[in-house]
Amino acid sequence: MKISARRRIVNAVMLSLSGICTLLVISVLFFILGYLLVHGVKSLDFDFFTKLPKPSGETGGGMANAIVGSGKVLLLATLIGVPIGFLAGIFLAEFSGKTFAFTIRYVVDLLNGVPSIVIGIVAYALVVRPMRHFSALAGGVALGIMMIPIAVRTTEEFLRSVPNSMREGAMALGATRAQTIFTVVVPAAMSGLISGMMLNLARVAGETAPLLFTALGNMFWSKGWLEPIATLPVMIYNYAIAPEEDLHQQAWAAGFVLLMLVLAINVTARMVINRGHASSRR
Amino acid sequence: MASSSIAGSLRHRANRGVLARLRGGDEISYLVTLACAVLIFVVVALIVAKLWGNSQPAIRAFGWDFLRTSRWNPNGGKFGALPFLYGTCVTSAIALLIAVPTGVASAIFLAEMAPPKLSNLLTFLIELLAAVPSVIYGLLGIFMLLPLIRVYLVPALKSTFGFLPLFQGSFYGVSFLSAGLVLAVMVIPFIVSVSREVLLAVPTEQREAALAVGATKWETTWDIVLPYARSGIFGSIFLALARALGETMAVTMVIGNTPKITASLLSPGYSIAAVIANEFAEASGDLYVSSLIFAGLVLFGLTIVINALARILILATSQKAATA
Amino acid sequence: MSNFSRSLAVLALAFPLAAQTRLTGAGATFPAPVYQKWFAAYQSAGNVQINYQPIGSGGGIKAVTEGTVDFGASDAPLTDAQLAAYKAKNKYDVLLFPTVLGAAVPSYNLPGVTGELNFTAQILAGIYLGEIHKWNDPKIAAANPKVKLPDMDILVIHRSDGSGTTYCWTDYLSKVSSEWKSKVGAANTSVEWPTGIGGKGNDGVAGLLKQQEGAVGYMELIYAVKNKLPFGRVKNKSGEFVKADLKSVTAAAAAMKEMPADFRVSITDGAGAGVYPISTFTWLLVPAHYADSGKAQAVKGFLHWAITKGQEQVESLEYAKLPKAVVAQEEKQIARIK
Repeated sequence: MKISARRRIVNAVMLSLSGICTLLVISVLFFILGYLLVHGVKSLDFDFFTKLPKPSGETGGGMANAIVGSGKVLLLATLIGVPIGFLAGIFLAEFSGKTFAFTIRYVVDLLNGVPSIVIGIVAYALVVRPMRHFSALAGGVALGIMMIPIAVRTTEEFLRSVPNSMREGAMALGATRAQTIFTVVVPAAMSGLISGMMLNLARVAGETAPLLFTALGNMFWSKGWLEPIATLPVMIYNYAIAPEEDLHQQAWAAGFVLLMLVLAINVTARMVINRGHASSRR
Repeated sequence: MASSSIAGSLRHRANRGVLARLRGGDEISYLVTLACAVLIFVVVALIVAKLWGNSQPAIRAFGWDFLRTSRWNPNGGKFGALPFLYGTCVTSAIALLIAVPTGVASAIFLAEMAPPKLSNLLTFLIELLAAVPSVIYGLLGIFMLLPLIRVYLVPALKSTFGFLPLFQGSFYGVSFLSAGLVLAVMVIPFIVSVSREVLLAVPTEQREAALAVGATKWETTWDIVLPYARSGIFGSIFLALARALGETMAVTMVIGNTPKITASLLSPGYSIAAVIANEFAEASGDLYVSSLIFAGLVLFGLTIVINALARILILATSQKAATA
Repeated sequence: MSNFSRSLAVLALAFPLAAQTRLTGAGATFPAPVYQKWFAAYQSAGNVQINYQPIGSGGGIKAVTEGTVDFGASDAPLTDAQLAAYKAKNKYDVLLFPTVLGAAVPSYNLPGVTGELNFTAQILAGIYLGEIHKWNDPKIAAANPKVKLPDMDILVIHRSDGSGTTYCWTDYLSKVSSEWKSKVGAANTSVEWPTGIGGKGNDGVAGLLKQQEGAVGYMELIYAVKNKLPFGRVKNKSGEFVKADLKSVTAAAAAMKEMPADFRVSITDGAGAGVYPISTFTWLLVPAHYADSGKAQAVKGFLHWAITKGQEQVESLEYAKLPKAVVAQEEKQIARIK
């Protein structure tokens, strides 16, 4: 059977087109990285990490409070989102019956699909209005809720990937169900779990919309958990839409720091996961 | 749980620590994990309840007219969300128009052509794109993309398609088009990543059969593999759509924040998520706040339905592959 | 055990004294540059730390009404309905304290046009109604005989958030243009714009203006000055084209006949020589009652500082000082905060 020239040309053209598309998509990533690198590094200095923002109109200053602020809000989010998600994930993987598991998974997916701005509204209604102030806590609750779905699915997935023979072995040695889970299954899945949770954290680290009317912002250091607090993403937003060149520079620097942080977590976590799963991947 | 003898419990505590306390802890761990699972239901129920409860004044005042009228007038107490709904749909449509062909083509390349090692590496890089925070997309949108669109893309569009109402009128940078382009970049990784998985799940025999009867590689892909994976690919598209509909920051930064319905993609517009981000913190008066929350409820409903569709479609393909 | 509880009691007593009172305020972006300067200076002088977030006047009014901040800020005086809503919600009043005066200026980004453009009320209303949409419109040309205006579309920029600057701007337009009043309505922090695109905050408007050739936007004077954006003269009631500056804004304040007891006053379109017609006071919105007496003291202390010592710092940021009589009137009102 001879393949006509037309068919061969179509073949070649379409296949190369698909290659070009891939190249295009990849180049966007490098374009973004390069652009942020050029603009971000230029305005990155020691002050950025150690100084407070300057009042509008004065040059200089840094984002020390926003860096710490993001850390605090993310810590709260982790403390809220990870335990709930982790334990619910254990329930899914180890205890739950089929129909109930399906329902939970469905609801978790539902939660995962809620737009972040809507989570912001809910956190405002749940925390800010009753407590009568904007706070790090409100921001943490918003991001914490956003962390739950991925925490559940990550836990379930990695626990399921632990071979059943390990469970059976532990049980045969006289361990209870709970002992098996917490001393055999979870430790076996630990590196995957931690990586998954890190990915989860990286995902919410850049969230801005839910923080706009929960954490609000702060020109100074924020004490404790009940005061408004500055965060990197909100600072980037505020500075990006501002007219001053100086603030744009700071926004680039902050964007660069944030992106590097998020990408670094992503790369390490994914490498750990891929190594663990090397055999099960193609 | 209680140990029969004091000595026994002491021994346990001394020797086994955590292990001992977990002995017989099956019920506790069952209950605690169950409680957490139930808590998720509670959280979702709270979200729905808050949205539903707080949007009641607007629902009572406007009903379906909320989605059919286009006056957004906080002074006059008239709220119609049509311009926002329109902006959300138009920007998402532009995004999909660009992201679907590019994303699916990339997925084909990665699943069907690239050697596994290269494919894994490239997929890894593309998935990193999905990790870039949306506020950074907005930042790049304002300072990198807008000037590029203004200088190169819009003159080109105007000179070739200028006769279409889609590309008429003045262009100022912030527009439906700019927001759609930013969204396209943001959702491509979702399409690539999910579509690739779906394509990889297509049984190899299908391809071999086609190649054996003399089909070219492309014909095999186009006529055999793609139809087989169709519902999964549609699933990835719906997933991307849900993401595009709910995206807030990047859109807010480049769409122009103007509640207008115009045919021209070069005009500034508004989206549901953007209007909430801009106006929620300051909306005073029950009806105003309630209208914004109603808009949030609409967005919530939209994304839920589309996400559910996506899951069903993706599930359908993987089951088909599993039974094949 | 009793030792422990005693030390707890000591701690509880000592805590309010030891813990620094901190205040959070939010609202207008119009005076934000001077407020941020004030709060930084006030803190470094060893006083209370005050975090101010410029989220817009509408946001300031909402936040103070819901009690999510310790004070709000607005360049729109509260309406009767807003005052009533506040009282209904909180059982006590909210007090308005003028802090400085500023001006909303028509700024533009017109390549090739150097020097200041002249604007009349008709031109500004026409542009913002969408009726004048070319820079070389005969009406603009008539007011600017010496300027060669480009044949370029006008891009109108307004605020996307609820804004006191918008209030001041629309207050002026609704006073001088009956067409504006009938089509768009009276002054408000957010209106239904007939045309244009929205920017968030004064910063957002200035940012958009900088990027868009052919754009016109209104913003507080300092935002135009610090971003080196050109802005035009506006024709006042006496028929002069006046540029916004310290002198012309101060003149607008001096032209005010009488300050009402609750400080809710509009000074736009003022009569008199040298008056800049789109000037306004800007206000802090302070609850008359604080549950925490430490906060009440802190707010009172700051207010006193702001209207006396703080006034020395405002002119470097192009805001006009409060008239002496107003300061005296405010001192009396400070005593009402409990």
